[in-house]
Amino acid sequence: MKILVITELRQGKWNNTSFETLVAAQQIAAATSSTVSALMIGKGVAALAEELAGKNVAEVLLVEHDLLEAYTPDGYCAALSQVVSSSKPDLVLFPHTYQVRDFAPKLAAMLGKGMIGDCVGYRNEGGKLVFVRQMFQGKTAADVTFQGAAPWFASFQSGAFRSDLLAAHPSGKAPVNKVAVTLNAEQIRTRPLELFKEAKSAVDLTQAPLIVAIGRGIKAPENIPLAQALAKAIGGEIAASRPICDEGWLPMERQIGSSGQTVAPKLYLALGISGAIQHVVGMKGARTIVAVNKDANAPIFEIADYGVVGDIFEIMPALTEALEKAKSS
Amino acid sequence: MNIIVCIKQVPAKDAPLAIAGNWIKESDIGFEMNEPDSFALEEALRLKEKHGGEVIALSMGPERVKQTIKEALAKGADRAIHIADDNFAQLDPLGSARALAAAIQKEKVDLVLTGLQSDDHGFGQTGVLIAGLLNLPHATIIMQIEVADGRMRLKRELEAGWFQHIECPLPAVLSIQSGINKVRYATLKGIMAAKKKEIATIARESLGVSAEVTQKIEKIYVPTKTKKTEYLTGTPKEVAAKLVEKLKFEARVI
Repeated sequence: MKILVITELRQGKWNNTSFETLVAAQQIAAATSSTVSALMIGKGVAALAEELAGKNVAEVLLVEHDLLEAYTPDGYCAALSQVVSSSKPDLVLFPHTYQVRDFAPKLAAMLGKGMIGDCVGYRNEGGKLVFVRQMFQGKTAADVTFQGAAPWFASFQSGAFRSDLLAAHPSGKAPVNKVAVTLNAEQIRTRPLELFKEAKSAVDLTQAPLIVAIGRGIKAPENIPLAQALAKAIGGEIAASRPICDEGWLPMERQIGSSGQTVAPKLYLALGISGAIQHVVGMKGARTIVAVNKDANAPIFEIADYGVVGDIFEIMPALTEALEKAKSS
Repeated sequence: MNIIVCIKQVPAKDAPLAIAGNWIKESDIGFEMNEPDSFALEEALRLKEKHGGEVIALSMGPERVKQTIKEALAKGADRAIHIADDNFAQLDPLGSARALAAAIQKEKVDLVLTGLQSDDHGFGQTGVLIAGLLNLPHATIIMQIEVADGRMRLKRELEAGWFQHIECPLPAVLSIQSGINKVRYATLKGIMAAKKKEIATIARESLGVSAEVTQKIEKIYVPTKTKKTEYLTGTPKEVAAKLVEKLKFEARVI
């Protein structure tokens, strides 16, 4: 089998999930006697393609064009559909980024194929690949298989594979092969403009050693002081899952998850957070995770070191009191 | 501006899930409008209030889906299309998009909106696939829409707190990010008015699109735990004392 990994840059630098996906490809290749090619797309990215060639891949495909300087779904789909048609991979793998979500399903559909997105793992069952993804916001896992002929398309969730396991090329360097694509400006219908950040965040949660995070379970903004008191007692920062910031109950800069900040504190105390994938990718690197939730089946407990099945409105004040007592004693 | 909003009905957030093969037992649980789609509906209603036109709610699934369609009509959609399909849960993303795109093609629309992803399957592909099938430009994870002179200026969310402005011509397909707006509730007046609004039902088979799947969910199951969780029990006071003890002397993080 021939595996092709579409790598991604984020503002000119490597997006680490590209390397995680390469690790996934190397592991699948080892299990199925396949070869791995890596693809670099953009403009003026030849140096980065050379860097990719130092990894354990059979070849690097370099796709460069003036119209690929900035990402557009039309440009990427037009270019990559030509590359997939000419290089004929069996399996095309992507990191599951916002950019991939934006174009990869369409790329697959242009070739009449489907894509299994947001996978967290795979199994090789006697030569047949089974992809594992989450459903019902992480409450269940699903085994998914491709139907019909190759090429097959799949993306792996950030953190599903460890990028530090990426193997270097055994004999130095793989060849970098340029692939020419034909694009014209009329094909690209959207015009990407400037990138920007909202008001500079006053708090850098990535540096906070202790984080107290709240989710939907907090129910109303009037209840937030209970969590803030707990954060104060423990000497930590308050943070939240997306719905809380969407409601405007806490500022967006305090949001943890794929669209917010990714943190790895010493302690992450999750209060009334169910543990949807989008949140978990932002905090699963925490050294110690404590989850308090009234639903014993909440997926947050899968990654918790300590779990309390109970009412956060009872636990929060009790914990604040216990922490203050511990400080004074 | 005529807008179609694709709305999925999903199991209610707090519904206890009983797994049955590659789906769940549907009896005894409640269903609701997929939350990300409610933001897309709200955005459509706001665009209509600003620019005029019509909002059409489009939903696929068995008879129960009509309840969610009625909610969309009560909130202000002008009419609705129901693609009837008792086997909707077995379609793959491409199969769903093919049916939705075929229904959209029968209408004259300027904009198609979807939510970001569904709370059940969570494929997150529908909008992008519809755009591909209808050969329309698209953009996803949209946090703001401004329309002027037949073009849109969009604010697209990127990762890690970054955003990007994009210009996109009409007609187009947009996938709306949750939190783009504050969703309205249906008023009593809206609920009454909805009773007179049209729901056109089309059988999915009659759309003449392939239901051949490119991927198949073999089974679903409760994920195996990767971490050993120590559960603390007792009264809130006892639990709090135990937890402080653990964090201090076992995990040594405070």
